[in-house]
Amino acid sequence: MAADSFINWSLLALAAPGWGGVLLQGFLHSIEIAVGGYALGLLLGVGGAFGKLYGGPVLRDLLECYTTIVRAVPELVLILLLYYAGTDFLNQFLGAMGIATVDISGLAAGIFVIGVVQGAYSTEVLRGAIKAVPAGQIEAARAYGMSPGKVLRRITLPAMLPYAIPGLANLWLIATKDTALLAVVGFSELTLVTRQAAGTTKAYLLFFCAAGALYLVLTLVSNLFIGIIERHARRGFAERR
Amino acid sequence: MTDETTHALALVPEDLPTPENFLRPHRIVMLLLLAGLVVAIAVFMRWDWLPRYLPWLGSGTLVSLAMLFSTAILGFLLAVPLGLVQVTGPWFLKVLARLFCTVIRGTPLLLQLWLLYYGLGSLFPQFPWIRHSFLWPYLREAWPYGVAALTLSFAAYEGEVMRGAFAGVPQGELEAARAYGMGRWTMFRRIWLPRAVHRALPTLNGETVLQLKSTPLVATITVVDVYAVISKVRQETYLTYEPLLLLALIYMCLTGILVVAFRYFENRIPTRGA
Repeated sequence: MAADSFINWSLLALAAPGWGGVLLQGFLHSIEIAVGGYALGLLLGVGGAFGKLYGGPVLRDLLECYTTIVRAVPELVLILLLYYAGTDFLNQFLGAMGIATVDISGLAAGIFVIGVVQGAYSTEVLRGAIKAVPAGQIEAARAYGMSPGKVLRRITLPAMLPYAIPGLANLWLIATKDTALLAVVGFSELTLVTRQAAGTTKAYLLFFCAAGALYLVLTLVSNLFIGIIERHARRGFAERR
Repeated sequence: MTDETTHALALVPEDLPTPENFLRPHRIVMLLLLAGLVVAIAVFMRWDWLPRYLPWLGSGTLVSLAMLFSTAILGFLLAVPLGLVQVTGPWFLKVLARLFCTVIRGTPLLLQLWLLYYGLGSLFPQFPWIRHSFLWPYLREAWPYGVAALTLSFAAYEGEVMRGAFAGVPQGELEAARAYGMGRWTMFRRIWLPRAVHRALPTLNGETVLQLKSTPLVATITVVDVYAVISKVRQETYLTYEPLLLLALIYMCLTGILVVAFRYFENRIPTRGA
């Protein structure tokens, strides 16, 4: 059994008979969803963290429920629930408003789903980071008469960033890998197209290894940038041991 | 993954409410609203399928738990050497362990699972000696691939944690052990490993909760865990939300039990403190 009977590199060609182009397209979709979901998650996370720290008792408890449920239920189950519930709810809402129902694109649904999951995680990361900011700095800003919005923009967010970046960087890596779960709801991101390509050509190992290499490259390149950002954010800090 | 990230992803004992400050006026109102929601869900949604599928749900939950505990234990046994060689091993073992952790942590678990199941699963039958070995009846089933993928993933994440834990044990304690004339193995068994595990315990528990959240992935390779049972219910009853809500509830209960159990064990380990 010769080794080259397993590896047929022409299957990875970019043009039509090869599946390389399809894989790259799927990879692009994965990155789009990861970026969108991560951004949405950050927005939810900033809101959630401030709500949890400075909100009223009811808001706090509601946010606690949100983060607890997301952290206690598998992402796969959440993705299914949010995918069906989100699209259903939106269509019913549009129907109630008298607008024709829309076919929600997989991309938007995927971003929404990943964003909601990431939102709970970044709420926790950001809450920890904001708590690490010395209270005196925020008090000083208030004493200068800054409005809450200005305190947030000028003091709290910049000051908490060095504490938040390691956690947020991990969340980004998790977001890129969580996109693979959308394969289960049939969104054609990298993992699903890889399975389709592998199933069609029967070259399972080749395609799964190729997809793994793509994910790995994404992680390693991300790590490179994370390192730069972290160094930039931590300048002026004592060297970490 | 840093400890804080594990904390952000997995429920930890500190998140549990304490009985003293739990019942406040607004909470009672919220609990009443929640009870109303639960009643509405129970009355207005369809649950008549539940008794029929209960035995399957039970066995599916057991399969999920078996997956969790077997892979967590196997993964931990693999993580100890992975962490250890990264701290004190020869350079080629260090490089190998780092490479393993980077590759596993850099790719999605679903992809690893499918790579093992579809990739290796399609490769194995081509070798006659594998087909004639005693392992073949197992290799034809799906669960060994699920166990393998989950174990490797747990070992890679846990290996990083153990590396930090081994490196964090104070040098003086190891020197003291050496000064007492302990051999390398005795020192490892009596001092280094217990101290490292103690340090890593909170993260270990968090990772185990995360592992529970990864187990439903094995349903995609035809292992019949609780998630697969629910998928079957959805296909047969054409219901969308009810089975998924039940599934979420089951996982929340499992996570809750796990977290409470970990709190109990963590409290039993004596720590120095006021």
